[in-house]
Amino acid sequence: MTTAAGAHGGHVDHEGARFGMWLFLFTEILLFGGLFILYAAYRARYPNEFHEAGGHLDAVIGVANTVILLTSSLTMAASITALRTGQRRRALASLAGTIALGVLFLVNKYFEWSGEIARGFYPDSPLLAGRPQGEQIFFGLYYSMTGLHGLHVMAGIVLLAVMLALVLRHRITGGEYHKLENAGLYWHLVDVIWVFLLPLFYLAA
Amino acid sequence: MSSYLDTGGRGGIAGWIFSTDHKRIGILYLATMTGLFFVAVVIGVLMRVEQLVLDPPLFAPQVYNAFFTVHGVIMIFMFVLPGLGAVFGNFFLPIMIGARDVSFPRLNLMSWYAFVAGTVIVFVSLFTGDGAPDTGWTFYVPFSVRTGTNVTLGLTGVFMLGFSSILTGLNFITTIHRLRAPGMTWHRMPLFAWSLYGTAWVQLLATPIVGITLLLVIAERVFGIGVFDPAKGGDPILYQHLFWTYSHPAVYIMILPAMGAITEILPTFAHRTVFGYKAIAYSSMAIAFLGSLVWGHHMFTSGMSEQANLLFSLFTFLVAVPSAIKVFNWTSTLYKGSIEVRPPMLYALTFVFLFAIGGLTGLMQGALAVNVHLHDTYFIVGHFHYVMFGGTGVAFFAALLYWFPKMFGRTYNERVANLAWAPIFVGFNLLYFGMLVLGYMGMPRRYFTHLPQYHTGHVIASVGSFILAAGLVLFFANLVVALLRGKRAESNPWGGVTLEWRIGSPPPAENFDVIPEIQGRPYRFNPEVSE
Ligand code: HEM
Repeated sequence: MTTAAGAHGGHVDHEGARFGMWLFLFTEILLFGGLFILYAAYRARYPNEFHEAGGHLDAVIGVANTVILLTSSLTMAASITALRTGQRRRALASLAGTIALGVLFLVNKYFEWSGEIARGFYPDSPLLAGRPQGEQIFFGLYYSMTGLHGLHVMAGIVLLAVMLALVLRHRITGGEYHKLENAGLYWHLVDVIWVFLLPLFYLAA
Repeated sequence: MSSYLDTGGRGGIAGWIFSTDHKRIGILYLATMTGLFFVAVVIGVLMRVEQLVLDPPLFAPQVYNAFFTVHGVIMIFMFVLPGLGAVFGNFFLPIMIGARDVSFPRLNLMSWYAFVAGTVIVFVSLFTGDGAPDTGWTFYVPFSVRTGTNVTLGLTGVFMLGFSSILTGLNFITTIHRLRAPGMTWHRMPLFAWSLYGTAWVQLLATPIVGITLLLVIAERVFGIGVFDPAKGGDPILYQHLFWTYSHPAVYIMILPAMGAITEILPTFAHRTVFGYKAIAYSSMAIAFLGSLVWGHHMFTSGMSEQANLLFSLFTFLVAVPSAIKVFNWTSTLYKGSIEVRPPMLYALTFVFLFAIGGLTGLMQGALAVNVHLHDTYFIVGHFHYVMFGGTGVAFFAALLYWFPKMFGRTYNERVANLAWAPIFVGFNLLYFGMLVLGYMGMPRRYFTHLPQYHTGHVIASVGSFILAAGLVLFFANLVVALLRGKRAESNPWGGVTLEWRIGSPPPAENFDVIPEIQGRPYRFNPEVSE
């Protein structure tokens, strides 16, 4: 019998909260999914132009940012484990480290975008208007997808900062760590999406 | 125990808009959505007046464009999409499965705020910028990218509305998985809950797609990213694909809870257990699944490949199967029942009749050759009013009549409710059957005027719309009077057997003193006969 009698007792239904978080992550995947489908359709239509346009991106920054995000996922997981095993200071440090890495990612992104824009690659730019249509689409998708992803990184940073405050105030503890775990799930998703963006854009050349 | 209506500490409006009680949130939706419904009805009637006054036109053509856009956006995104789920789902889902609330009560309140915020933004978009949006509710590119009207803001509002819908879906799925009372196995759940379950999955999985699509149109307008702009290599057909990948499943978001409510009403007034419980439950899921594979039938004339057209046509015919299963089960439920036609039943039967017309005209459009003739005509407009208004709208009325005594603890005047049925039914069919005929004759949709040969049909339709609107006013006036002066309702006025009828009217704030143990299937009107 699949019932959740425990859920009625007034205390929080942790499993329900985790379940809800997973559902939310599904919706995020589908949100990006629409963009991935567009990417697939246009790449099939303009293979050469995508190849060409990918060469204008800075693969070094792209890879560096991948390393940064992957590391941040590691510190995120470390933070949860540390909290559960009673090492509160270490958990706080890892969480702060995760936030710092997220910020670093955005800083890189800022320089990367400014670089592209300075070289004339931005939507509706005179430079792109003179180039093949497939390249215009490539950059349209590039800015939409990495932009949307960047917004998610920002949201993640805010979320983790809230978690940090809650841990500091002992509202999240070794026994009540589920909020932090759910925030971690979100952070990992943001990370995973980036892992797909990297080859599709930076390594397209 | 005091009822949910008079507890809460905080008095007045604050006690409502800050309450996380699922019942109060349901009422909040009911109030906002009914208000919006009437705004859109007025606009609908104004459009019908426009077709009577041709020379010179009563409203400028551009105004007519704004009218059908706003009418469509309100009716779709603010009335039928939240629909029965937001009102009766919020109110009754926890009660029907024996829970005290949904899984995430605060998130639930937040969905309502998102709904209100989206609504406000859409209304602001009408009166600011360079004119009200004029794209129709479908926001097709490239027009929606080129038009100078305030589409960007309007889209932002619709995006918020989608967000609200996602959060509700997430909440309902989790609630159904986690909070069923002891003994409430999946196959003991009332069928309304089943229909909400199927709906919630569609809300969750399909809405993000339209969300991203609308965001891209915004980005297209603001930054010129080009993904849908043919001048930059973009493909408008891809917009249509993404839009209908959501918006076709969305029609099942609208209709499934309506079918669920009908499935509650028919057994109660036939005093007989529902026929084919499992078939109904699983057909909800089948509709949700197959309904996600038919979006292409909105695009038969857009220039897809022949194979795609054939497949989409095939799936369209297939999705009629689970829908028909439901209709057969409903009729079988009535067979040898002792039918009592009181107002909720009258409206429920009307639903079956009107929805059948809507469904059959839908099948006609699913046939490729016929579709070419009917595409973008009044036939389409007639069809979707039959399914959305005759279907979801009338089911909404039926559900309201059924659960009103429970929700508010008051009874309404049944004779007036029956009386209001007559103008609604007659006006409805004059108006929309008129549209079906006009469309078959070739009258295109979204035109502010028409050629002389269509005039008689338009006059009939417009007269129908006036009769219909009068019926709607009578219907709701009756309920408002009941709210203020109705007699106290008993806890089980219709002899229903699902859980909501075993608690007081209006329900106590906590729903149940003790969470009930569920012993058997729902709809056992004869407990002596074993399952
Ligand atoms: C008394 C009630 C109503 C009247 C008089 C009415 C009338 C109309 C008229 C005249 C049109 C425009 C036809 C055209 O020129 O293409 C229209 C469009 C539409 N109506 Fe209604 N309607 C009513 C109720 C409803 C309801 C209840 C719904 C949904 C549940 C609905 C959904 C729509 C939609 C989606 C459109 C299409 C808008 C577009 O073309 O973008 N209407 N209606």
